[in-house]
Amino acid sequence: MAGIGIRDVVKRYGDTKVIHGVSIDVADGELIVIVGPSGCGKSTLLRMVAGLEDITGGEVSIDGRVVNRLEPKDRNIAMVFQNYALYPHMSVYDNMAYGLKIAGLSKEAIRARVDKAATMLQLQPYLDRKPRQLSGGQRQRVAMGRCIVREPAAFLFDEPLSNLDAKLRVQMRLEIRQLQRSLGTTSLYVTHDQVEAMTLADRLVVMNAGVAEQIDTPMNVYLHPATTFVAGFIGSPAMNFMPGRLGADGRAVTLDTGAPLRALPEPIAGHGEKAVTIGVRPEHLTLVGSEAAELTLRVGVVETLGADTLVHGALLDKGQAVVPVAGEGGEVLAARLPGNVAVREGDTLPLRVVEGALHVFDRETGRRLADV
Amino acid sequence: MVENRPVLTILRHLVLGLGVVIVLFPVWVAFVASTHPQAALMSGAAPLLPGDRLVENYSRLLASGMSQAGGTPVGLMLLNSFIMALLIATGKIAVSLVSAFAIVYFRFPFRMVAFWIIFLTLMLPVEVRILPTFEVIADLGMLNSYAGLTIPLVASATATFLFRQFYLTIPDELAEAARMDGAGPMRFFRDILLPLSRTNIAAIFVIMFLFGWNQYLWPLIVTTDESYTTIVMGIYRMVNVSDEQPQWHLVMATAMLALLPPVVVILVMQRLFVKGLVETEK
Ligand SMILES: Nc1ncnc2c1ncn2[C@@H]1O[C@H](COP(=O)(O)OP(=O)(O)OP(=O)(O)O)[C@@H](O)[C@H]1O
Ligand SMILES: [Mg+2]
Repeated sequence: MAGIGIRDVVKRYGDTKVIHGVSIDVADGELIVIVGPSGCGKSTLLRMVAGLEDITGGEVSIDGRVVNRLEPKDRNIAMVFQNYALYPHMSVYDNMAYGLKIAGLSKEAIRARVDKAATMLQLQPYLDRKPRQLSGGQRQRVAMGRCIVREPAAFLFDEPLSNLDAKLRVQMRLEIRQLQRSLGTTSLYVTHDQVEAMTLADRLVVMNAGVAEQIDTPMNVYLHPATTFVAGFIGSPAMNFMPGRLGADGRAVTLDTGAPLRALPEPIAGHGEKAVTIGVRPEHLTLVGSEAAELTLRVGVVETLGADTLVHGALLDKGQAVVPVAGEGGEVLAARLPGNVAVREGDTLPLRVVEGALHVFDRETGRRLADV
Repeated sequence: MVENRPVLTILRHLVLGLGVVIVLFPVWVAFVASTHPQAALMSGAAPLLPGDRLVENYSRLLASGMSQAGGTPVGLMLLNSFIMALLIATGKIAVSLVSAFAIVYFRFPFRMVAFWIIFLTLMLPVEVRILPTFEVIADLGMLNSYAGLTIPLVASATATFLFRQFYLTIPDELAEAARMDGAGPMRFFRDILLPLSRTNIAAIFVIMFLFGWNQYLWPLIVTTDESYTTIVMGIYRMVNVSDEQPQWHLVMATAMLALLPPVVVILVMQRLFVKGLVETEK
């Protein structure tokens, strides 16, 4: 077992740079999920670790050994592809055994390993079938089995669940989680699905345009997003952003319309009198009596989800001035309210931000403000 | 069109039946002619019912051939044609499988140039380059040999192009998965690409076998030795006997014999590629 070290890795295709120096340290046995929007370079990064893509700059090491110049087979890793990439003409057994056969293992050793993996993945009844005779979920398992039998130092997954339907995806997600836990194999997992990312990851890497914006545990990424990009990407519906100003004391927060919000519990030193972006998650807005309201929502669209009700609409401050918002649905504010509130289009709802739930970002750089 | 009206069904079968009759009628006439004595065919009207010389005509041909046309036994001509067609078809498939593999899976300088040059040779059929090719073969001393008959014909732009197109439809991930599994290029070619190409190989084999079987001009030029006469050359000689009426009953019998090997090849291979089509991978 071993960790993976990615240090200042850069990837360039001709003149276009798609990875701008990413560093990630994957600890032994850890499952790291790389998440980001389409085209941000997740697959490219993973493929560089796999050895399927040349590394333009930087260093990748597996098990403490720099592997930049090694062929994939010499890196002691296994990969699950998005479309499974099973060999269509081979039986499930042969698909799993192929790598071992090439590695020169004895027939008995191969059989033992494949049987063990097949039992673990409940593939025993299907060993003689061809991939086309399997369901999507079963194929996915075979692809995992092919990795497991090799007993590699690390697993790499590139969006392994995106071809499955929603229900199966949830089930396979849990299976992957359990399997990875019980095997304790270091894993890098790429997805663009934030729910998958949050539920699977020991730590998350949020990528944007070839840069790792934040690397932390899912909860920390959710609670303390490092940039407005991360804040907007993780969480659903997305965080609402409003332009504002941090007071000289580092605690008072005012919207650009002039309306004050509740002061921060802890002052942010060194950033007084700064133009900021204020972020509030939809789930951190609560319905209050109108005398306690900081903000008022004029209801536009109501989405009833059962447990919750999502309300989207224009945001007004106490002086009834419209607060410009950048949120999920464009310039409207989203609020997640309990399922039992009865709201209708056109209602005005008095809202207040939950204590300690304001996120303050530098408006220029988009970075989270912290004590300096 | 999944309508199921009886009138339409009958009409469909009528049209199909008519097509079959049109295609098979000449074959039938040839077969009937091959079972009559020579005199029966001289009257001008071709008989439509089989005669009584079936065994006699065919056994004479297979054993001793037609004396007026060199007397090469038809059996030997069939064997020559079969060897030639088989070598050409196998050679073409072997060469084009490998060259398509190189073009699709390897990055080397002038890769696309190589591809386009191969592609351009599509415009140069055997007949166009027949003189220079003959010169080369003669200089190499390969006249009157199976090598001379087949080697100049084993390069195939068509087959290379078809295999290239097929390889391009195979997902890159498959090659990458094989790479992760530790398979080198040749191993990938043998274990994965070849088995997946089975259907295509069968189809192209049929086409190329027919191409080889039907060669006329090239064998005519490179062979002077009777023992290398191919069936197509043989038939032509039989028709063009000098100072005499062509022996149509024997010509037709030879033609019937010449039909058989390609038909067998098609029937055998068809089973393979129909199976392949039914089993298409999801
Ligand atoms: N061979 C290539 N040549 C040039 N640019 C490329 C090449 N491959 C990828 N790119 C570019 O690199 C960037 C990252 O691609 P990558 O496939 O890593 O994205 P991704 O994050 O995996 O996206 P997705 O979620 O859609 O899979 C993209 O902008 C893409 O256009
Ligand atoms: Mg990708």
